[in-house]
Amino acid sequence: MPVDIDIAKVARLARIGLTADELAYYGQQLQGILEHAALVQALPTAGVAPTAHPLPMVNSFRPDIVEPTLDREEVLAQAPDREGPYFRVPPFLED
Amino acid sequence: MDPADLTIAEAGARLRSGDLTAVDLLAAVRRRASMTEAILHAYLTIDHDGARAAATAADVALAQGRDLGSLHGIPIALKDNMVTRGIETTCSSRILAGYRPPYDATVVERLKAGGAVIVGKTNLDEFAMGSSTENSAYGPTRNPWDPDRVPGGSSGGSAAAVAVGSALAALGSDTGGSIRQPGSLTGTVGMKPTYGLVSRYGLIAFASSLDQIGPITRTVDDAVTVFEAIAGHDPSDATSYRGGVPEVRSTLDAGVKGLRIGIVGELSGEGTAPDVAANFRATVDALAGAGATIKELSLPSTAYALSAYYLIAPAECSANLARFDGVRYGPRLAGRSVEESMSATRRDGFGPEVTRRILLGTYALSAGYYDAFYGQAQKVRTLVIEDFRRAYSEVDVLVTPTSPTTAFAVGEKANDPLAMYLSDICTIPSNLAGDPAISVPSGLDSDGLPIGFQVLAPALGEAVMFRVASAVEQSSGFTGRPALATSAGAA
Amino acid sequence: MTWEAVIGIETHVELRTDSKMFCGCPTGFGAEPNTNICPVCLGLPGALPVPNETAIRWTIALGLALGSTITPHSVFHRKNYFYADLPKNYQISQFDLPLCAGGHLEIDPGTGVRRVGITRVHLEEDTGKSTHLGGGGRIHDSDATLLDFNRSGIPLMEVVSEPDISTPDEARAYAHELREVVLAMGISDARLEEGSMRFDANVSLRRIGTSALGTKVEVKNMNSLRSLQRALAYEIERQTRLLDSGAAITQETRHWDEEAGITHPGRSKEESSDYRYFAEPDLVPIVTTQETIATLRRDLPELPAARRARYVELGLEAAAARTLVAGPLGTLFEATLAAGAAPRRVANWLTGEIAAYLNRTGGDAGSLAIDATGLAQLVGMIETGKLSSTAAKEVLEGMLAGEGTPEQVAAARDLLQVSDEAEIAALVAAVLASHPDEVARVGAGEEKLVGFLVGQVMRAGQGKADPKVVDRLVRLQTHT
Ligand SMILES: [Zn+2]
Repeated sequence: MPVDIDIAKVARLARIGLTADELAYYGQQLQGILEHAALVQALPTAGVAPTAHPLPMVNSFRPDIVEPTLDREEVLAQAPDREGPYFRVPPFLED
Repeated sequence: MDPADLTIAEAGARLRSGDLTAVDLLAAVRRRASMTEAILHAYLTIDHDGARAAATAADVALAQGRDLGSLHGIPIALKDNMVTRGIETTCSSRILAGYRPPYDATVVERLKAGGAVIVGKTNLDEFAMGSSTENSAYGPTRNPWDPDRVPGGSSGGSAAAVAVGSALAALGSDTGGSIRQPGSLTGTVGMKPTYGLVSRYGLIAFASSLDQIGPITRTVDDAVTVFEAIAGHDPSDATSYRGGVPEVRSTLDAGVKGLRIGIVGELSGEGTAPDVAANFRATVDALAGAGATIKELSLPSTAYALSAYYLIAPAECSANLARFDGVRYGPRLAGRSVEESMSATRRDGFGPEVTRRILLGTYALSAGYYDAFYGQAQKVRTLVIEDFRRAYSEVDVLVTPTSPTTAFAVGEKANDPLAMYLSDICTIPSNLAGDPAISVPSGLDSDGLPIGFQVLAPALGEAVMFRVASAVEQSSGFTGRPALATSAGAA
Repeated sequence: MTWEAVIGIETHVELRTDSKMFCGCPTGFGAEPNTNICPVCLGLPGALPVPNETAIRWTIALGLALGSTITPHSVFHRKNYFYADLPKNYQISQFDLPLCAGGHLEIDPGTGVRRVGITRVHLEEDTGKSTHLGGGGRIHDSDATLLDFNRSGIPLMEVVSEPDISTPDEARAYAHELREVVLAMGISDARLEEGSMRFDANVSLRRIGTSALGTKVEVKNMNSLRSLQRALAYEIERQTRLLDSGAAITQETRHWDEEAGITHPGRSKEESSDYRYFAEPDLVPIVTTQETIATLRRDLPELPAARRARYVELGLEAAAARTLVAGPLGTLFEATLAAGAAPRRVANWLTGEIAAYLNRTGGDAGSLAIDATGLAQLVGMIETGKLSSTAAKEVLEGMLAGEGTPEQVAAARDLLQVSDEAEIAALVAAVLASHPDEVARVGAGEEKLVGFLVGQVMRAGQGKADPKVVDRLVRLQTHT
């Protein structure tokens, strides 16, 4: 089954800044994999409920209790850029 | 005997009898690593200071009569997708280069509480995506049985370390076979527990509904020991099972007499290498000879399981890996805006296999395609589960070859992702179903490479699974060690 | 005007749980930046969410207050979009199986009570906070952005209304009423200025008498009830002009600029709103039993609408009932009623003199020097004629100044009214004796002089004699 892929749009949604060559490369590979994956459509599934999760568990909650937080310096030490107690990033384009 | 070649059970006995210290055991393992790492590259990071401190503490505790259990003083390696406080954790990705997590995964806490000595962090396919440990930003791991071949993956570093003796046991993670297949290719025991029995808190997620942490060891008995240490409810993981861990040890040596064992036409037919097929048949015959009833079964929807897996896993991974954006941790590439910076960071930070799967998953979830791909895959998952349920109404366990082939050459499948995916056919269905499965070494092929035999059981059926695995271990008589371990041990 | 507005409102309400939605971090407002953080709310690799049971129960309770149907098998979904203040670059939210579906809210915009439909109530997690450096603090032209993740992961309830609202007044009344409900339930601080309650509105226009909907514009960034009202008025006006001139409305998101009093278009690409929702695999479904629903329903407090209705039944004006339920003096009112005071009179004092005092001093209800017992006594003294209403005001002043109980203040300030018949009769007799001419003229039928004589008696008694008694006794004594 042929699959139509707007690979540039997919890469934008995934926030991966690929070059034109890379887009073409991945577009072609996805095509092949998806044609195989599209086999799932051959299996009749009318009336079959989807499984999101292997275990039939429900209501896994935690009580509303405050627990210890992380040390800010230990966390900010991992940041590629910081300013005082904040993480720092380049300006936002979209809002 | 070099202590690096001991099983957990043997080392434990010697530690308690006083003719071995944890510090000496660690030294033996470290010596083995120093002799083999240049060839194998099983480890990404070795925690010299932490391991020495832990071994010393273990000796002190034992001397004071504080025995923390069967892992006390045992050197264990961790796949580098489990976070360790202050110890670099990269998932074999450039996007986490230099990252030192501020917390320990639950399994790490449990191992430490049990007195284990964490040797270091092992190599993997980037973010556990792959079956060869070639997709690592820090270079591939090689197979101790033949360094021109891959150790399997994605837990290839853990499997190679255990096989060669640079750890007595290791933890791996299994999303589609990533513990069992490298176990098979390196002659080690690899076990994936029932989904939810081992906490995923601190396991860097690949596909959340499929991932499960499990042991890689040299014997089935050791696999039980590690399983017992890491399994159990964790309030930090909402998918953690609350019903208790199955008791497995008391029936470990009960044999297979009277058990019903199923073989699956769809999972042991075409594509299986002749030596693997012959070994599989011989192993099944041995089980029959030991008193098991063998039954042939069909799991028709497993033909679609692979396709469903290659939609579900990438879909979940596309969201799980969105957090790697160079904002809070990891390296960052510059950009005029934060959007540009993120796009550049992610393009540079992820390798080709990870990029491919993120794109695949993003596509499968996007508007207009969800029902045809992801939605349909989840229904196939239901059918796979129903197939298994039917099968387990007739038999106690199912058996298959773990992998259709033994270890393949480095580079052989690197440029053909689809061929690589197809080799996971026997291991993927139990991830979709959330069931336990184990790979046990069952012999060598004509090239002298190990072959793995897989035992599948229904959810929470670990007891019968380990029991059959133990019988296979005994009947095959496999005690082989790779040449590299033997030569290093003799050196 | 040939157009009418069709408005739907999405309200985000931060719940006031002790800990966050999916982790144990504290939720307090105003903490030092990046101190209320842990692996979960910071989106660190390997961290997993575990839902806060209280947040789930409160959301279901709000659904019950709004008459929603509680979804028996509800599911969290991942909503995927990249944003630097969203640590995982997906938000755990709800999609097709929200905790609560349907329902309604009764509002009173001043033109009579009407119903606004509720589409759904769901639960999600809040994002971190970004501060834009340079460029005057605006997103545009800024040099860099600073991120604080203290707010990240605070439980956020989203209440979506049906597009049943047609004027800015109704929108304000809806927002006000919803706020009253969550405050009455105690599930949110609902502080608009701190952002713990936030509104977005969808606005379109259609020709009066038609039912086809026009192009929808989403208006964001309205941080008070007043700005909600102003922004909608502006947006309706803007769209009216466009349509009147024959232009088309662009489907877009617009931001309210409080200072400029206008909305301006945002810059998000429409394409980015492909959220790729799928069931959150780190969580399991929420199953709510009938027993849980019954318990939560039983534990619901009296809601503002019911309370207002009760006050009206007690004889209060609708306006007074609204003020007391919405304002800070409702608790004192209830306590004063409990102390046995007459409802209407208490309401008048609270919404009149006491509210004015609070306004004047800027204090809050908790700091008042007056309590329910004192207020009930004051009202009782008026009822029994011990205080004139003029004197009562003075007594209240003294009470608010902390001078003591009404008895003490009235005694100290010598304000007690004389109601004793014999005492007043003597006073009347004395005054009449000194005004023989006027008494004679009254006797001759000049009735209007009665008022003059009453005034003389009141003056002689320094205003403390009960005027009703004086009036009766003057008439009695002049007509014999
Ligand atoms: Zn937190």
